[in-house]
Amino acid sequence: MKVRIHVSLKNGVLDPQGRAIHHALDGMGFAGISDVRAGRLIELEVDHTVTDEALDAMCRNLLANMVIENYRIERVA
Amino acid sequence: MAFTAAVITFPGSNCDRDLAVAIEQVCGGTVHRVWHGDAALPAGLDFIALPGGFSYGDYLRSGAMAARSPVMRAVIDEAARGVAVLGVCNGFQVLTEAGLLPGALMRNAGIRFVCREVPLRVENNQSLFTARYGAGQRIVIPVAHHDGNFFADEETLDRIEGEGRVAFRYDEPVNGSQRGIAGVLNAGGNVLGMMPHPERMIEAAQGGSDGRALFESVLAGLNVAA
Repeated sequence: MKVRIHVSLKNGVLDPQGRAIHHALDGMGFAGISDVRAGRLIELEVDHTVTDEALDAMCRNLLANMVIENYRIERVA
Repeated sequence: MAFTAAVITFPGSNCDRDLAVAIEQVCGGTVHRVWHGDAALPAGLDFIALPGGFSYGDYLRSGAMAARSPVMRAVIDEAARGVAVLGVCNGFQVLTEAGLLPGALMRNAGIRFVCREVPLRVENNQSLFTARYGAGQRIVIPVAHHDGNFFADEETLDRIEGEGRVAFRYDEPVNGSQRGIAGVLNAGGNVLGMMPHPERMIEAAQGGSDGRALFESVLAGLNVAA
């Protein structure tokens, strides 16, 4: 089974990378973008023994930095 | 007891030797070089130093992997016992990732890698690491980092400021750090993380010696023979 971990910056945390991407898109002529935030997608291939609690612990203890980031766990069938 | 220190080397550390040489030259005594995969530290340590570099290629987040390496369990235990722990640059990132220091080091606000000498203010000269500096002294120490932008929420910032835990502050804009914070102490005052590299400024041949007093402070504060 595939699990996707979506890691994103918390609201209020300045995102220099997102801002640079935004600036580049503007420079390329893409209009109408009000904000860009860059995150990270981590895909895990796991077996059925991996519990939601374990996935949550993985996120809190390594995959996301809880000081600056949020995470969302998505189990893909 | 002679002064006994350890410098940890992670895969991708590149300032470990400089740090060991600086400690040897200023503090004397014995400096052990310890590999990150070691589960135990040498006995009787006075001082543990985590060097700059790019541990694990900065994968996931700077310092994230190194903070979970076997030796860090022992470093966390030693820190809890009151052993002095210094993290420089990547070492600072590792200490925040390990939860020994508050906040996080994010990508520099200007996106660019910053590699130059920067002026700092010694904000707290009462700490184990800064007692040999003057209050508010202006010093010049080099930085070399991509992820040195210190972030913590307002409540945390207010708390660490109120407790005198900001050891050093940039005296000009460098990387977007909240409140210009360049170096932070833990609540016990025995753990310091800083982005600037004091080990690169310990003698005139390096262009200055403003980093020397940091190591002198540790030696004097620990009250062990050199």
